[in-house]
Amino acid sequence: MKSALLIILPLAGAALSALWRNNRTRPWLLPVVGLVHLILTFWLFINPPVVAVNAWLGFDPLARAVLPAVSLLFMVCAAYGVSYLRIRSERPNRVFVTLLLAMLGLLSAGHQARHLSLLWIATEAVTLAAVPLLHFNGTPRAFEATWKYLLVGGTGIALSLLGSFCLGYASLYGGGGGDLTFVALTAQGAGLSRPWVLTAWVLLLVGYGTKMGLAPMHTWKPDAYGEAPGIVGAILAGGVTTVAFTAILRVRAVVGAAGEGVIADRTLLVIGLFSMLVAALFLLGTRDFKRMLAYSSVEHMGILSIGAALGGAGVAAALFHVWTNSLTKGSLFLSAGNIRRAAGSASMDDVRGMSILTPRSAALFVTGMFAVTACPPFGPFFSELRIVRAALASGHGAATAMFLGCLLFAFFGLTRVVFGIVDGRPRTATIANSRRFVETAGVILPPLALLGLSLWLGLFTPAVLQDSWTAAVAQLFPTR
Amino acid sequence: MSGTLNLLIGLAMGLNLLALGSSRLPSLIRAMSMQGVVLGFMPLLLEHERFDWRVILIALATMGGKGVLIPGLLRRAMRAANIEREIQPFIGYIPSLLLGAGGTIMAVALARALPLLPEHTGSLLVPGAIASVLTGFILLIGRAKAISQVCGYLILENGIYLFGMLLIHSTPLLVESGILLDVTVGVFVIGIIVDRIQRAFDSLDTRKLTTLHE
Repeated sequence: MKSALLIILPLAGAALSALWRNNRTRPWLLPVVGLVHLILTFWLFINPPVVAVNAWLGFDPLARAVLPAVSLLFMVCAAYGVSYLRIRSERPNRVFVTLLLAMLGLLSAGHQARHLSLLWIATEAVTLAAVPLLHFNGTPRAFEATWKYLLVGGTGIALSLLGSFCLGYASLYGGGGGDLTFVALTAQGAGLSRPWVLTAWVLLLVGYGTKMGLAPMHTWKPDAYGEAPGIVGAILAGGVTTVAFTAILRVRAVVGAAGEGVIADRTLLVIGLFSMLVAALFLLGTRDFKRMLAYSSVEHMGILSIGAALGGAGVAAALFHVWTNSLTKGSLFLSAGNIRRAAGSASMDDVRGMSILTPRSAALFVTGMFAVTACPPFGPFFSELRIVRAALASGHGAATAMFLGCLLFAFFGLTRVVFGIVDGRPRTATIANSRRFVETAGVILPPLALLGLSLWLGLFTPAVLQDSWTAAVAQLFPTR
Repeated sequence: MSGTLNLLIGLAMGLNLLALGSSRLPSLIRAMSMQGVVLGFMPLLLEHERFDWRVILIALATMGGKGVLIPGLLRRAMRAANIEREIQPFIGYIPSLLLGAGGTIMAVALARALPLLPEHTGSLLVPGAIASVLTGFILLIGRAKAISQVCGYLILENGIYLFGMLLIHSTPLLVESGILLDVTVGVFVIGIIVDRIQRAFDSLDTRKLTTLHE
């Protein structure tokens, strides 16, 4: 029941926001709903409820292992949102606030979905809810990005529906009674028709992989993240991609039960390495620091996919990486949003010397960059280390070498752009523009908090979190 | 009964080729809406043992949505943008047709490789579905105008719907959720094309959407 509240509450908040009249006070709904959601999530995290086996929706171990990270990220972004929307008070924010809250509810539904069609419906709804958020800035570039997002994302969700149909037919062919909960599908196991399972796996991996932003289905990402407000980018990169990743994990468990786990793991490994490679190459070429974050996100989705391919230890490490990546990337998106606003451009060609104009945001941006490129003692270092250890333990030497090589190139690419905009002497036009942006506590503390959380995760990974990842692995690989 | 169904699927596959070959937007929209109506009849033909109100609902929603509502919206968008024909597609009409025909043959061959339940053998549902998905992709990739791309997306979606017919009796919910895909198209059309792209770029030609790149 309480798990349903996680969905109903933000949706009720969204309805309230749609009816709220005052443009100035409306943004406060974001942190209020976010805080209640966070408290409820952590209450459920500490006291995990018993989920009925055949429940369509529930706070099961997998949801428990990742949903708190999303809720935490949303809460911090919501606090930032209040300050952000005060700066952007010239624009009506009814649609923006309403859809952000709706997204929180739908993300909670997606993480907790234990049924094939429910999962799809939640992912589809999240995709659509993000559309008006992307063109909040109302520029032609933003509409171009939205169109591409819809075209690529729409095709992705269409293919994941086709994949769901194929999985449904695999169950029907194997004599299933039409129960499409993941538990029932896993229980049917070897009874599922293999050709159909494999067809379903390819389609679902492409479909949900598009949402996740795995290469080569990542093409919407740079445009969308480049043009959307920082807060939207943070939630897309930390929340929506996570839903798609848990979807892939749930489907992977069914494919594994059907006896095709080896093929599934191999495809995950290849697509993960390919994503890392593509991201590293584009990171070396991009000149826009918001698009840079998108390629960094593609890289980290590749890392998650590789983790998922490495069996139990790898999946646990990948779940750890979901936390560290969501929080660190959130900090980067928010500080990049500050710099973008002060500089009036996101291109390296126009922006220089931001350490003079926005010293705090620039410091956060540089520290966040080191955190996300896996410098100890921040969280991503430890989660990536675990993935490397899982890869070496399972004998993937060549893949590990490639993994580390891509990380190195990504580091070169990121430092090139970040120091390009932070160092040097600012341009006159930038100085004039940056006078209108004040680094208030409201826009500095949220990214700082996220960075602090990333550091805390790295230094003192709490045992209760480790247990939640182990429990999720036990749910996904029941026999081991 | 299976004969009538196969006739309808054959008709839908023919409409795929018509859509690929049409150079004018109104005829593309017409082909697509006719396909929507044809698809709407299928659940009624599949109806066997007992009367299921949900199946009737799916049929009505399909005919209304794919056959009337969305084509209407697209026609409105077309008038608002003042465009009648597609000039210079990325993939020409003859190559598109050849690709579509080749894809249809491939779909029939591919469908043979997948095992089917006895009640579905001899039905054209799977090849029809694959052929429509391929047609949708060709239109999505090969057309420059936003409205043509939406038509491509709808045909892709029709293919998925055709596949859903296999499951309509065992898991109606899964198939019903597919109707939500139509909502996506609604967002495409209303939210983006008519108002936004048109206003911002003064055109619906997606070739103008090239600011964002590396």
